Amino acid sequence: MQNLIAFISGLLGGAGLVVSGMTNTKTIQGWLDFTGNWDPTLAFVLTGALIPMAIAWRIAKRRSTAVLGETTPVFPDKKVDPNLILGSVLFGIGWGLAGICPGPALASITFGGVGGLVFLAAMAGGVIVAPPLKLRFSVV
Amino acid sequence: MIESEWIIGLFGGLMIGTAGSIFLLVNGRILGPSGILGGLLDGSGRANKTERISFILGLIIAAAIVAQIMGRATTGITSDLLIVIAAGILVGLGSRMANGCIGGHSVCGISRFSPRGITATVIYVLVGGASVFVFRHLLEVI
Repeated sequence: MQNLIAFISGLLGGAGLVVSGMTNTKTIQGWLDFTGNWDPTLAFVLTGALIPMAIAWRIAKRRSTAVLGETTPVFPDKKVDPNLILGSVLFGIGWGLAGICPGPALASITFGGVGGLVFLAAMAGGVIVAPPLKLRFSVV
Repeated sequence: MIESEWIIGLFGGLMIGTAGSIFLLVNGRILGPSGILGGLLDGSGRANKTERISFILGLIIAAAIVAQIMGRATTGITSDLLIVIAAGILVGLGSRMANGCIGGHSVCGISRFSPRGITATVIYVLVGGASVFVFRHLLEVI
């Protein structure tokens, strides 16, 4: 059942990414191009995504478990740490460079061409090398 | 002036948020693509591997179909593979260090007023903006 829900959630999310223009690198780079031909579309996408999510969190906070029995993830607010900041900076540079992030990169695997596949492979490489770097960084 | 792209974007965003809501309320999970994929790649998500794969399959199938219907079956990603590789490594490394990407931090984080989610998103946009400025307007490579 959890797998079916995950699949349905993936379907809706994948459709949403294409409809919203998140799989278009030009839309993303347009959003980040504040001194050029700025494209505000992404602000509308984020606003749209935040509305149902904010409602969902309100409901989740009143329940201790999810419908299928898992504990609802109500995380203690972990502090902003150096890993978060450095990671976000690296992410931002890459996001601007190619105009794509993990969700849309995965979703567009069938139509992203060679560039999309190369991006995914490089991204997987980045994911794999991250834990040792992270560990070392947090010791400092 | 409101452009139709913005309204369609809002609608697409609602779909993404609804997907995240279902995942949260029914399965008790965070819709974070980098975390879902990362757990598969480094083995930390072995316990719910099938759930992760099901999500990714759904994502790919629906995106493929909708992209065909809407005539959007392209990402317009640069053909300069060096840039693509550099960007991919940075995005993968960064999202894993920060423990999240746009889905986890910007959508799931901001919606519950998480300081980490808000901080990450502000950095993404500021640094992403600087990145486009440097690589597009100064160096003119993208």
